[in-house]
Amino acid sequence: MKLLVCIKQVPDQESRFEPDAAGVWYSETDVAFRMNEYDEYAVEQAVQLRENLGEGAELTVLSIGPDRVVEVLKKALAMGCDNAAHILDNDASRKDPWQIASIISSYAEDKGFEIIFAGMQSQDRCSAQVGVTVAEHLGFACTTTIVGFEYANGMITVRRELEGGMKGVVRLPPPALVTCQLGLNVPRYPTLPNIIKAKKKEITVIPVADLLSEEALVATTGFYPPAKKCGGIVLEGDVAELVDKVFVILKEKTAVLR
Amino acid sequence: MKILLVGEYRDGRLLNSTYELVGFAEQVGGDTVMLLVGSETQLPLYSGTLYLADATVCGEYNPDMHKRLILEVVQKENPDYIVFLHSSYGWDLAPRVAAALGAAQLSEVIALADGGFEVGCCSAKMRRTIKPLTNRAVITIQAGAFAAVQSEGGFDLHKVSAEGAGRVSFLAYEPAEERAVDLAKAEVIIAVGRGVGKKENMPVISALAKAMGGELGASRPVVDAEWVAHSQQIGTTGQTVSPKLYVACGISGAIQHLAGMKKSEFVVAINRDKDAPIGEVADVLVVADVMQFVPALTARLSN
Ligand SMILES: Cc1cc2nc3c(=O)[nH]c(=O)nc-3n(C[C@H](O)[C@H](O)[C@H](O)COP(=O)(O)OP(=O)(O)OC[C@H]3O[C@@H](n4cnc5c(N)ncnc54)[C@H](O)[C@@H]3O)c2cc1C
Ligand SMILES: Nc1ncnc2c1ncn2[C@@H]1O[C@H](COP(=O)(O)O)[C@@H](O)[C@H]1O
Repeated sequence: MKLLVCIKQVPDQESRFEPDAAGVWYSETDVAFRMNEYDEYAVEQAVQLRENLGEGAELTVLSIGPDRVVEVLKKALAMGCDNAAHILDNDASRKDPWQIASIISSYAEDKGFEIIFAGMQSQDRCSAQVGVTVAEHLGFACTTTIVGFEYANGMITVRRELEGGMKGVVRLPPPALVTCQLGLNVPRYPTLPNIIKAKKKEITVIPVADLLSEEALVATTGFYPPAKKCGGIVLEGDVAELVDKVFVILKEKTAVLR
Repeated sequence: MKILLVGEYRDGRLLNSTYELVGFAEQVGGDTVMLLVGSETQLPLYSGTLYLADATVCGEYNPDMHKRLILEVVQKENPDYIVFLHSSYGWDLAPRVAAALGAAQLSEVIALADGGFEVGCCSAKMRRTIKPLTNRAVITIQAGAFAAVQSEGGFDLHKVSAEGAGRVSFLAYEPAEERAVDLAKAEVIIAVGRGVGKKENMPVISALAKAMGGELGASRPVVDAEWVAHSQQIGTTGQTVSPKLYVACGISGAIQHLAGMKKSEFVVAINRDKDAPIGEVADVLVVADVMQFVPALTARLSN
């Protein structure tokens, strides 16, 4: 059984985001990149399934982006993916979710994948579109925001997370795509022996031009911080002074200390 | 301008979030029609054309079937925008409809913006203005971003149905877990976020909660990592709270967390990142390391 997991490299979310020269996305200066958090759960679930299936199963990890995305591909290989596809695109951040999905589906089209894992959303773009759109392009069954996954007797059974803590239990047949939510599992840390083993695994590089045929459907015209809500104050400085200030505020503004 | 609103219905009930779609459409301006897969016993307070499919026939969660229903209404009404809530129903269905129509999709819109729509990005620390390049667009709106609008005018009801089955079968709902503490009643909540670092640091936060006479709440990663019980999670997929005082320790302020606590009367946030979006709802943002600030505050309170 062939499996695919799609991962995106995103900035560490504690980074300071500054607009790029065009003012439509963040500048990459001083930004540290890591694996999209949702995708870590996707990789872990895919690896667990791959381990359960044993011989004959093959798990590919895919990422679209510039050279730096090799880092997250290596991490996914060290977590247990068998091989990687790096779709080399220096301009990936300019593509809209429709184009990213089209690139993934053109890659996947003729490879015979039966289950595809994606993250529920990317932390930087937050569109929650790519996974479902890939499924539509490929004609796969699809469900989203899963917090439980089981594959048995040729059927996939998942728990979908709904609002207010309720869940929905859903069953679907392969070929299928699922999008993974936080808390689905506990993503493993790659161990040193696995990191070394992963060095031998193959990373195929494919130029994006070979796969992209779609135009963007959405344009970004601005990138900026949220308008500050007035009223709130920001306190900075020495901890002892901060404590004194907060103590006074709590006394004046709340009933807690009365 | 014509706008198709796709209402929400779950576990036999019309969801109030449906009215936020109407609020959004009023801001955009134009005629609306609504499609609801629900029940005749739970009709919305909406005036206009209402297409109703029976959820007992079409399922509450049956994406293939719901997609077909929407496409059928799109064919009849030829809407410019098709609008969903950005919810477990909406983000699941919207891309399917957009793909079928080759239409642009704009996710989790929070406001109308000059020349387009405003959306959040980078874990809500930043915003973007985006606009569709196609004539027709599929839009999901952020829960809570647009005021709910109800109207008593009555509607013109059209029943619709779809043939065939779907590949995804819905088996059952699982209710939310039992809650040991009802945080909704708490007057003071000390909430723990991932910035607290590790489970071993929890006693430091518990000590503050004790000093303040408050209950412990938590963000989702902390619950997932099992530092606290699931029932202590605050946010869209946890509890909604409105204490007199909310102290957020190492919580970034993701929209799903804010949705559960922004009605708090007074919010103090401790975060080492001055730009953390929790600052948007905090009355006081203390820029500090939680593990330095919290013990010092506890000591001061205990004096
Ligand atoms: C459909 C859906 C539903 C969700 N439902 C919920 C929900 O109900 N509730 C919920 O909370 N989340 C929910 N989430 C997850 C949400 O998007 C965020 O991922 C989550 O709220 C982040 O938790 P956090 O703030 O603790 O962690 P992070 O986002 O990792 O933030 C940690 C913060 O701590 C700060 N920090 C780090 N170290 C220190 C230090 N030493 N001192 C001070 N500050 C420090 C950092 O600057 C950062 O701001 C949901 C997500 C989705 C997609
Ligand atoms: N550049 C990319 N390369 C590979 N997968 C991606 C990329 N962008 C998005 N994805 C996948 O699509 C999911 C949803 O992304 P988004 O629609 O941008 O929120 C992510 O969690 C990834 O699984």
